Amino acid sequence: MSGPYPADSVGLVQPFKVLIRHPLALDCGRTLPQHELMVETYGQLNAAHSNAILICHALSGDHHVAGFHEGDKKPGWWDNCVGPGKPIDTNRFFVVALNNLGGCRGSTGPNTINPETGKPWGPDFPLVTARDWVRSQALLADELGIPSWAAIIGGSLGGMQVMQWTIEFPERVRHACVIAAAPKISAQNIAFNEIARQAILSDPEFHGGHFYEQGVVPARGLKLARMLGHITYLSDEAMRAKFGRELKTAVPSYNFDVEFEVESYLRYQGQSFVDRFDANTYLIMTKALDYFDPAREYGNDLAAAFRRVSARFLVVAFSSDWRFSPQRSREIVKALVDAGRDVSYALIDSQLGHDDFLMPIPQYHRVLRGYLARVAQEVA
Amino acid sequence: MSTATLRPDLALICDWIKPGSRILDLGCGDGELLAHLARTHQVTGYGLEIDPEKVASCVEQGINVIQADLDEGLKGFESQSFDYVVMTQALQALQRPDLAIEEILRVGRFGIVTFPNFGHWRVRMGLAQGHMPVTPTLNERWYDTPNIHLCSVDDFERLCEDIGWRILDRRMLNRSHREGWRIRLRPNLFGEVAMYLLQDKEPATDR
Repeated sequence: MSGPYPADSVGLVQPFKVLIRHPLALDCGRTLPQHELMVETYGQLNAAHSNAILICHALSGDHHVAGFHEGDKKPGWWDNCVGPGKPIDTNRFFVVALNNLGGCRGSTGPNTINPETGKPWGPDFPLVTARDWVRSQALLADELGIPSWAAIIGGSLGGMQVMQWTIEFPERVRHACVIAAAPKISAQNIAFNEIARQAILSDPEFHGGHFYEQGVVPARGLKLARMLGHITYLSDEAMRAKFGRELKTAVPSYNFDVEFEVESYLRYQGQSFVDRFDANTYLIMTKALDYFDPAREYGNDLAAAFRRVSARFLVVAFSSDWRFSPQRSREIVKALVDAGRDVSYALIDSQLGHDDFLMPIPQYHRVLRGYLARVAQEVA
Repeated sequence: MSTATLRPDLALICDWIKPGSRILDLGCGDGELLAHLARTHQVTGYGLEIDPEKVASCVEQGINVIQADLDEGLKGFESQSFDYVVMTQALQALQRPDLAIEEILRVGRFGIVTFPNFGHWRVRMGLAQGHMPVTPTLNERWYDTPNIHLCSVDDFERLCEDIGWRILDRRMLNRSHREGWRIRLRPNLFGEVAMYLLQDKEPATDR
């Protein structure tokens, strides 16, 4: 698409790299002397630097949240929510989005060059945690001249970073929107992640993570990992509605080619993921999910962790989400109530499953819009 | 919003609440009570509400609201974690009002409960004529009313007595939410809305 763009779109956007010269000590014990982050921003930072919103991305997300890159037909991954007049209103807020450290969309990560070796980092890239990301994002805020965020917003793994922010830098977050998240993931969730990782690790073309030098990608493993992920992002009901048991041919052909619509969908999703994502990054992201547990250093008491928080919270869950179920969001809410923090919780009636946090469901957007309108009043 | 425009029964509730308290409002609707109490009594707290429209409305007003079904109880709330747990005009629509009050008094140091009095003379008139009553206070018909556990003031007080819940104060109002001499004389006959300030039974005393 090369303009004109829809009136409620941020239009043509240009990502840029920010070099963080400050050393970053990681949870794993290693230190990155410096790192680069790929960033996009929308809207204008006000004179008081008080209207900035940070958007944290989920497992496979990146900095391209809204608007269009030159020549692209499809907008960023949350374009339905971010733009002029949209719930995250770029007329009122300065919105910052980034590709997290360890990502594969331009930020320092396994597919970038390790300055010490002159080769891609590959499997030598440290296993980063949500807290490492938050610390890296805080350094980015310093670079951008943002002393504190009006709000930090994220869904799924993004919502976990939002919680981590409020605990790690209580004075730098005024509002926290935690969407379709959990205080930590379940054994079942870790199990899904483990299968995804094993699919990648056991692909002969993975080469212990050094596949870049071999000129190949572990496409089969990454594809399988993504296919599995997609099953968990959709509800049983949504799959039935979307695909049913429709055969692509009139009669069964009694072989292992694509026969059912759902097989075709999963293969397509898997393949297109291989074209845009890095296997080492997928491993890092799933590990970050598994490790996330902010209560651990507070005697496994999430309320104790939230007692140091000063942000106000909006927690949102989706009725059909079984990967990060509403019950898990209620655990977050309970801990916030026990800690005496301000929190509102909305349970959105939904059909699709975990993926619903990216959908423009009217009630969802109404709640988010209503919450952020008050934030905008506060910072205006 | 000033006190003048606050629903009169809510204004009476405000008299019972000490400034600076922590409050849980069950079935908080648009958050009218919490918003008022936050302004006038510096209370903090949360509303529980099941209706998505009302939840959105609370969020828009900056009121802490937690979307929840009261029939699922207050499992997510610690014992004695609030000064007051308030439930206005919702008791009669619950599956088990008795268990609800038990939960209210577990979570709150004090409970405030209001409900329509089924002992009111208009209700009795309806029944005397052989019909489920439809009155200005209870204006739904038997088949579409959300009210499934109606009780009279006497019934309610009998339950409190049987279980040992302590009634610290009671206010009876007519449907314009005023107290008159007739109500004071015969509350179960003339009161249309009953309001109670409750406390849990005496804890077992140490030997």
